[in-house]
Amino acid sequence: MNDKNRRLISVIVLNEHGVLSRISGLFSGRGYNIDSLTVAPIPDTEFSRVSIVTSGDARVFEQITKQLHKLLPIYKVIEEGDFVEKELALVKIPLSVNLAGLDSVLKSYNGSVANSNSENLIIIACDDSTRITSFIKTMSKYSPVDIVRSGSVMLEM
Amino acid sequence: MKKLNGSQMIMEALNKEGVKVVFGYPGGAALNIFDETYKQRYFNVVLARHEQAVVHAADGYARVSGEVGVAIVTSGPGFTNTITGIATAFMDSIPLVVISGQVANSLIGTDAFQEVDAVGISRPCVKHNYLVKNIEELPRILKEAFYIAKSGRPGPVHIDIPKDITAAVGDFSYPDKINMKTYKPMYKGNPGQIKKASKLIAEAKKPILYIGGGVINSNASKEIREFVKITQIPTVQTLMALGTLRSDDEFNLGLIGMHGKYAANMAMSETDLVICAGARFDDRVTGKTSEFAKFANIIHIDIDPSSISKIIKANYPIVGNIKDVFEELNPKVKEAVDPKNYEEWRKTLKRYDEIHPLKYQDSDEVLKPQWVIEESAKIVNDEEAIIVTDVGQHQMWVAQYYPFKNPRTFLTSGGLGTMGYGLPAAMGAKFAAKDRPVINFNGDGGVLMNIQELQTIAENGIPVINIILNNKFLGMVRQWQSMFYEERFASTDLTKQPDFIKLVESFGGKGYVVNTKDEFKKALKEAVESKILTFIDVRIDRFENVIPMVPAGAALYNMILK
Ligand SMILES: Cc1ncc(C[n+]2csc(CCOP(=O)(O)OP(=O)(O)O)c2C)c(N)n1
Repeated sequence: MNDKNRRLISVIVLNEHGVLSRISGLFSGRGYNIDSLTVAPIPDTEFSRVSIVTSGDARVFEQITKQLHKLLPIYKVIEEGDFVEKELALVKIPLSVNLAGLDSVLKSYNGSVANSNSENLIIIACDDSTRITSFIKTMSKYSPVDIVRSGSVMLEM
Repeated sequence: MKKLNGSQMIMEALNKEGVKVVFGYPGGAALNIFDETYKQRYFNVVLARHEQAVVHAADGYARVSGEVGVAIVTSGPGFTNTITGIATAFMDSIPLVVISGQVANSLIGTDAFQEVDAVGISRPCVKHNYLVKNIEELPRILKEAFYIAKSGRPGPVHIDIPKDITAAVGDFSYPDKINMKTYKPMYKGNPGQIKKASKLIAEAKKPILYIGGGVINSNASKEIREFVKITQIPTVQTLMALGTLRSDDEFNLGLIGMHGKYAANMAMSETDLVICAGARFDDRVTGKTSEFAKFANIIHIDIDPSSISKIIKANYPIVGNIKDVFEELNPKVKEAVDPKNYEEWRKTLKRYDEIHPLKYQDSDEVLKPQWVIEESAKIVNDEEAIIVTDVGQHQMWVAQYYPFKNPRTFLTSGGLGTMGYGLPAAMGAKFAAKDRPVINFNGDGGVLMNIQELQTIAENGIPVINIILNNKFLGMVRQWQSMFYEERFASTDLTKQPDFIKLVESFGGKGYVVNTKDEFKKALKEAVESKILTFIDVRIDRFENVIPMVPAGAALYNMILK
């Protein structure tokens, strides 16, 4: 993915039947990219917030925001401004590997051990998207058996 | 508060919305609704013979009347049959409310008999849709559906109603106000932008007004005519805008695009200012976009912000309803613009029109479709006749050669290009305009696509005149094969045909086969006077092409002229 064309959009939508498929259908139907999409209700309101990471040139991006505006249950499309954007990764590593240096890796990525059992550790980190990418890279030396990363969540300043 | 069941609520809502005719086709999941239509006295219910036609008829009705067209169908196959009709209306921004029955709530998601995910299927081709989950929300949804269909950029709205909801009883009070937090269409254009536009227009040397279906949808013909009268700016029309300006208006350059007139396409290629009103720069209009209006600034006026700069970058966007915007703009241009400034430009374009007018080689041996269309306009009253087409060569010839005089007199599937549209749309049109002649021009291919509607037309006593321009080919495809596929006529030869006379007679109508000019004149005159369902099977030159033509993807000025 060309980082130059990476775009963030935060969308406030009415919590109603089928609204997520309207949004995802808009992207698939018009051939726009979805790099990640997360959604959850906004506490104490009738709205949800959808965080979308997409890519495309300025014209495509303009169309994406206009077409989103056109969907009836969409209340607000926030496409510019200073977003604080965070992503989450969970990494499962076997206890049997050499864990030397893990502590300092965790420290530098603001990570921690989320849970463990007799076989595995699950590490959690929450950071900017690019930092999560390099975190996952770093973790590779611990022979991870599973990695999951969330989409971005974002909030405008 | 009044207690009603869901089906009764639908009747009350349709009544409150002033609905006069409903097109429908029943089935299990819609039985309660249809039973209620039987008991009510508010509106006429027309049983079409295929759900695609149900929707095209509602669409034809809407285009002529300017009201919301209403269709009611059953679940499953009843609903899936409507999709082509819904998509057709969506592409041309036609206001419809389509109500479908659905299996009962308790059965949804179980692959029940005649269940499909109707809202899932319709989602990409409606302005909005609803699945009604409980009876309490039904009155609000009905109200919203009509409001959404006709406000802003109009379009079809689909309501899917499970069978248990059509029987469930609830409080009914029909809301008289809409309160939708998330939907607020803009009508007035930004005054600053409008002022700027009038200044740009005054400064331009070679301006062009480019109008589309939005002017018809917003009933802005009067304002557009006024604008043209004040400024004397040459105007080009898309297929969907035909009738906005009179065809004999001296500033009307006519149709633009793939089969547009030479002068219209050259005007667009040389202009220094495009004033686009309610058009969307469709690829059938623009040709190669990098060459389109290359020297021009673009003012784009549209109620739908997503239309603006979608294909051609607009330097001066104005979001608003065409009618409202021109009401504001007209007094400003009246002050600012001196029509004399464009005299040179008008002369140039006039010269283009004289060098390459629309023309065809007439003949007395074989009927030419263009002649048939011109002659038709002389026989019917072309101020009031409603002209419908199907899709193909005949559609383009009608657009080129029929002298349209008024808005809402031309019905055609522009955006989707749906064969099978003509006959049922003409039927719907006739319900909206019982006293006016409705003429459907059709190809011999497409006419078979909704031929069953002859029955609906016959039994309702609404004479529609069908002129079949019969070239025994899928003509438009044959034309492309002739021009771009070395005459390999794959799957386009229609030499084997039904006997159209017997066919229409079997539905109780009258048929003519026509081979000469005199036969045609006689047949059409008789049809207009006799007021019964008519087929005129006009045997035309098999190999006539629609000319001029801009090959797909070429620049507008690269026209094939003969
Ligand atoms: C439903 C549908 N199927 C296929 C097409 C592709 N198509 C466009 S024009 C055309 C030929 C139409 O032939 P006919 O109805 O005989 O009209 P003509 O072009 O001869 O006037 C076809 C097949 C279409 N527009 N719609």
